Amino acid sequence: MAGETDTSRSGPQKHGGSGYITTTVDALINWGRRNSLWPMPFGTACCAIEMMATLASRYDLARFGAEVIRFSPRQSDLMIVSGRVCLKMMPVLIEIYNQMPEPKWCISMGACASTGGVFDTYTMIQGVDQFIPVDVYIPGCPPRPESLIDAVMLIQERIKRGERQTKLYDRTRHPLDFAPLALVSGAVEGAPVLTGSRHSLPGKDVPFQEQSFGPPERIVTHVERTQAAQRGTQAEQQKSP
Amino acid sequence: MAVDLPSLMTSLKARFGDDVLGHAVFREQYVVRIRRGANLPLLRFLRDDAGFDMLTDVTCVDSLSLPQDMQADYPERFAVVYQLYSVPHNERLRVKAYVPEEPCEIDSVTPLWEAANWGEREVYDMYGVVFKGHPDLKRILMPDGYEGHPLRKDYPLKGRGERDRFQKYTEIPPR
Ligand code: SF4
Repeated sequence: MAGETDTSRSGPQKHGGSGYITTTVDALINWGRRNSLWPMPFGTACCAIEMMATLASRYDLARFGAEVIRFSPRQSDLMIVSGRVCLKMMPVLIEIYNQMPEPKWCISMGACASTGGVFDTYTMIQGVDQFIPVDVYIPGCPPRPESLIDAVMLIQERIKRGERQTKLYDRTRHPLDFAPLALVSGAVEGAPVLTGSRHSLPGKDVPFQEQSFGPPERIVTHVERTQAAQRGTQAEQQKSP
Repeated sequence: MAVDLPSLMTSLKARFGDDVLGHAVFREQYVVRIRRGANLPLLRFLRDDAGFDMLTDVTCVDSLSLPQDMQADYPERFAVVYQLYSVPHNERLRVKAYVPEEPCEIDSVTPLWEAANWGEREVYDMYGVVFKGHPDLKRILMPDGYEGHPLRKDYPLKGRGERDRFQKYTEIPPR
């Protein structure tokens, strides 16, 4: 019936033919946010090449409203960590993430940003999600541009549903430098590192105790969602005759 | 005119005596093995009198985990390696100076080549070899607060926990 509000939708509603719409302020703001994501490219390695390809004309992220790449974190709301992050870069990443205004989202692109990838060495951060909250992970080495587009669309969908990063994080308690070695179990403060004698320090395996946010929820990919929807319509069609 | 490398080896031995431990030829590449104390005068001689006017690289070898038969070539644990190039003669020469664990130091060659500056800083950063007389010997790759020298063979590959020690984002507790 014309003019009746469809309560199952929360976006802008068109009423009849009289040329006005009603909506809530939140829905309107979220509509604007999801259609004008401003990414902050944190491209540190080869994945960044694929990110650039995504932004360029062949794949054209502009079609999804995310073409305004901002190199200033103050103006961006979507961080794309694409590439390896090393010991010296991690404070920079944290600083930039801190500077982005909320609400903000984060994509961890590629094996290296998500897990450290093949670089299991003293200088590589084994997954940025250990230290900053990540919303969407993209597998691959490097992921194809389609995967990055899918990740952006997943974020858009979360904004559409009115989701925020569900947890707020305390930025004040976040010193930028790594802890002194004395805090590492087994290391002795002032140990004569320069002597070159064999030190019998344990390897990496210092377990993480203060787990302050749980493992990320399983994210249904775009493909899975489309397939599920298709299955649903097929089942309906089989039922109807 | 090419440099006569075999006779250069003989004249180096005659000139520097015991400080030249010997030389080796591998696939027509000449390596001079010297004691660390002689690196400045010997490299100055090579630069001024033998025509090796360009320093292409300064690097280092840690012999700790080499197989036994190769360790025989290393009277000390570390070898600081100078790669020289002669622009007029189109010849290359490698000089290895052996540095013990303690005291782990050698004279800087920055008075001869400015190019040694960053190379020596990298060797210091990665191996902990101290270059005496270097104008600004500080880390070049690792962060300033870093402890240890990660390319030493007794440094654990996965580090000593530095990469896991950043502060995590902490949730704001619900009020
Ligand atoms: S995941 Fe692969 S492509 Fe991406 S930064 Fe790591 S090595 Fe490079």
